[in-house]
Amino acid sequence: MKTAAKDFPRSLGFAYIMLILLAPIQVLGADGEYSLVIQEHRFQPAELTIPAGKKVKLLIENRDATPEEFESHALNREKVIPGKSSASIFIGPLKPGRYPFVGEFNEKTAKGVIIVQ
Amino acid sequence: MFGTAVIVFREVLEAAVLIGIVAAATRSIPGRNRWLAAGLMAGLGGAGLVAASADAIGSLASGIGQELFNALVLGVAVLMLAWHNIWMASHGAELAAGARAVGSAIRDGKRECSVLMVVVGLAVLREGSETVLFVYGIAASEASGTPSLLTGGLVGLLLGVSVGYAIYAGLLRIPLRWFFAATGVLVLLLAAGMASQAARYLIQADLLPSLAAPLWDTSNALPESSIPGMLLHSLIGYDARPSGMQMIFYMTALVLIASGMKLANRSVAALRRDQ
Repeated sequence: MKTAAKDFPRSLGFAYIMLILLAPIQVLGADGEYSLVIQEHRFQPAELTIPAGKKVKLLIENRDATPEEFESHALNREKVIPGKSSASIFIGPLKPGRYPFVGEFNEKTAKGVIIVQ
Repeated sequence: MFGTAVIVFREVLEAAVLIGIVAAATRSIPGRNRWLAAGLMAGLGGAGLVAASADAIGSLASGIGQELFNALVLGVAVLMLAWHNIWMASHGAELAAGARAVGSAIRDGKRECSVLMVVVGLAVLREGSETVLFVYGIAASEASGTPSLLTGGLVGLLLGVSVGYAIYAGLLRIPLRWFFAATGVLVLLLAAGMASQAARYLIQADLLPSLAAPLWDTSNALPESSIPGMLLHSLIGYDARPSGMQMIFYMTALVLIASGMKLANRSVAALRRDQ
């Protein structure tokens, strides 16, 4: 009993490593790439249409000097994009609908929506 | 100013809740204040470093460095919290009862505290680096409202810390009989929530499939942007639209840590019978 308890943290770590190693096998590549630009704390385009039921890659380029955080509760995504740099985020597969997102650091102006059709 | 306060509050809350719970859970361990303070300071320093190198971290591993970093930090925190809970299951009651020799209690307490120092440091590092980036953005934008925005940030910080302190003070009022069970359950849920967050980052980086997403949608009934939603997110890892993979991570962490605690508890009981 005592050794089982001692070995426990190790088997916990092992289980996680196995999960992380095995799961990507099923992952398929993204079906498409879509670009967004952040400029003067606004998203361009502010509306982006993507196909339903497919995984897509969002390429977000932040042309401002200040960092921005792409955040969407609807998409369950958040990512900091430092000033003058780009980041990619995978989303989907999604059901048809409207999925709003914001730039959390400039929520007043940085707003957009992903329309899934 | 209000918007800034909300953002900083949201970032600070998660770390503050964790520190509140950890501080309460370790109240009987000698010298734990110094360890927690050391974790806090290391975390703040680390937050500055991470914020300063956000660009470099982000571009690692062909653009998914930020997700990997967050998932790694969360994963280590989950393991440390698991270790803490299993350690507490075998030593906590004795420590509280003062039954052990002081020397060995201090020696064991030190190892335990160093683990918690890392947990606190990591939480502050993760949430703090985003706050630093945000505040840097305000300061760098040279807008006319900068001083009022920074005041907002300070208000958010104070509010977040107050919630953490309220949780700490509330936990200390729990009678000793139930105290370790209560903090044990809280730490367990905290760890499971972090495991689910780690899964979310790995999905975002396309390293894991989301499986069924969302598994449910309670964003109308209890949005994550509401105060109760935020609190539940920090406390038990509440997610209004979780994916199936997040649920798997959550449940796996929950079951593994809970069984570890049970095993440790039973082996201590067996040892006592033998003596």
